[in-house]
Amino acid sequence: MTALLEVSELVKTFGTGEAETRVLRGLSLVLAVGEMAALLGPSGSGKSTLLTILGTLMKPTSGRYAMLGQDLVSADDTELTEFRNRHIGFVFQFHNLLPDFTALENVVFPTAVREGRETAAARARGRELLTRMGLEARIDFPSANLSGGQKQRVAVARALMNRPELVLADEPTGNLDRASAMQVMDLIAEINRDEGTTFLISTHDEKIAGLCRRQIVVGDGVVTG
Amino acid sequence: MLYALKIAARYLTASKAQTALLVLGVAVGVFIFIFMSALIGGLAEFILSRTVGDLSHVTIEAEDPDPAILIHPGGQVLAVIERGRARTASLSEAATFIPLIETVPGVIAVSPQITGAGFLARGAQVAQVSVTGLEPGRESDILDLDGYMTQGSVRLGSGLIVLGEALAEDMSLRLGQTVRLQSSTGVSAVLTLSGLYDTGNGLIDGSSIYVSLSTARTLFALPQGVTRIEIKLRDLNDADAAALRIAALTGLDAEPWTEGAEQLLEALDAQAQTGVFLKSFALITIVIGVASALLLSTYRRRPEIGIMRAMGAGRGFVVFVFVTQGALVGLMGGVTGAALGYLALLPFPSREDFEVGTLPMDITQGSYGLAITLTVIGAILASILPARSAARVDPVTAIGQ
Repeated sequence: MTALLEVSELVKTFGTGEAETRVLRGLSLVLAVGEMAALLGPSGSGKSTLLTILGTLMKPTSGRYAMLGQDLVSADDTELTEFRNRHIGFVFQFHNLLPDFTALENVVFPTAVREGRETAAARARGRELLTRMGLEARIDFPSANLSGGQKQRVAVARALMNRPELVLADEPTGNLDRASAMQVMDLIAEINRDEGTTFLISTHDEKIAGLCRRQIVVGDGVVTG
Repeated sequence: MLYALKIAARYLTASKAQTALLVLGVAVGVFIFIFMSALIGGLAEFILSRTVGDLSHVTIEAEDPDPAILIHPGGQVLAVIERGRARTASLSEAATFIPLIETVPGVIAVSPQITGAGFLARGAQVAQVSVTGLEPGRESDILDLDGYMTQGSVRLGSGLIVLGEALAEDMSLRLGQTVRLQSSTGVSAVLTLSGLYDTGNGLIDGSSIYVSLSTARTLFALPQGVTRIEIKLRDLNDADAAALRIAALTGLDAEPWTEGAEQLLEALDAQAQTGVFLKSFALITIVIGVASALLLSTYRRRPEIGIMRAMGAGRGFVVFVFVTQGALVGLMGGVTGAALGYLALLPFPSREDFEVGTLPMDITQGSYGLAITLTVIGAILASILPARSAARVDPVTAIGQ
């Protein structure tokens, strides 16, 4: 088993003095390449904070975090931005697409922002991903006109655009009906199986968690199971 | 950064009504800028043409030699021969210099003249006058006498005199009547009134008279040369440079109109500065308008900025998107305002046809390019603050909104 990322003794506090809140209290975790893991835990357990730190959108107060052998705690904002763009994909609960752009434009964004323009190769990859998501008829649709399930599938396609090693999904099905949720999870499982992309999915849904090969339970700021 | 440009353009086209209002606001500011430029510039042209337009732009005058003095071997001045009242100095080689002066770039007319003082007498009525002898055919080269003629002809010939209506009225003179002119040298001539003019300038109309150059030679006992050469330029603002060039070419003391016109120049400068202030206010309005609109846009798009940052967009990219928006708004507003300004100025008469009672707007002085350039620069500067604010957006907080 090759480790994709490794965190140890991760601490994250918010506020200072009496208002200080310690959300992560020395959390340690190793995620292997190609894993599909569910992140479980009650609200306030630190799941979202952990995902945010793993996604390099926030730095821990202390502890170590390395991915692909790179120390991400000491890296500066520019290095983290570039790392995030190349190696990490995000799927949010509320899809978070750019509303003034089409489905295809949303999908190619991570590549276009790195290359400074929308290349033909990027558009071809975007079309391929959207087709795989069953959205070939919606490629040039304004994202605002898509249904909730379609938007989430566009968000999954966007997360995969740069062929990242890790996709972090924060309640990706939390805002979808059961049918759409299962459709999205089937796609994630298929990509994990076919391309070996590692998925870490935060969820409250036991059924969704059951679709993942590993369940990581977080409680009171540490991994409890 | 082609992609940042695409996103900036998309943001602007996504909120068409808001963008249109913003561009219109900028355009109004640019319109005011251009209107003020044309008005201040046109007003300056109007004032200059009315005050200096009919005057010589560069003048070469014969200088009287220094008075002779008798000095004691010990160094004391024993006697000084005072200058006579009558002009004695002349530009004896004027005929040689005139073709040279005519080759100087920007010179459109050269008028050799003999000038002096005299008395105009008719019966018991006597008036002190300023006499100018002009070369026939060049009467209107400097002062547009032909344009001011109210009666008779401007054409000066032997034995003819042209004077102002005010003076003619004072002396009860009518066209075709004769009048005696005695010069300061004491020579008299009986001349026939061949034309009357009215320049609107009381000093000229009440005391200046014009005769032919040959008549003036007789009156002032100047068999050759002239006392003064007046030069008119295509652009009177080039007078200083032209005077230097003429002086270098001829070795004569050429004086531009700006010497001795300090008060007029100060007044024009003050007027220009007023214009600069007004235009600056217009620009400040544009900058504030763009900055506030983009700040609002930044706030509204915070979640999107957060998503972009999460997807790997750097702070520089976000800054570029918003600065480009500012630049595009400035460019569109600038071009629209410049076009509106140009269209609004079209109905006004051209600078050559300014009339009293109308706004002397000069369409050629709209400073269109400057207005667009300054607006784009101003809009870019105005967008820096919102852009920096956008780049500082915390993606975690923004996505959670």
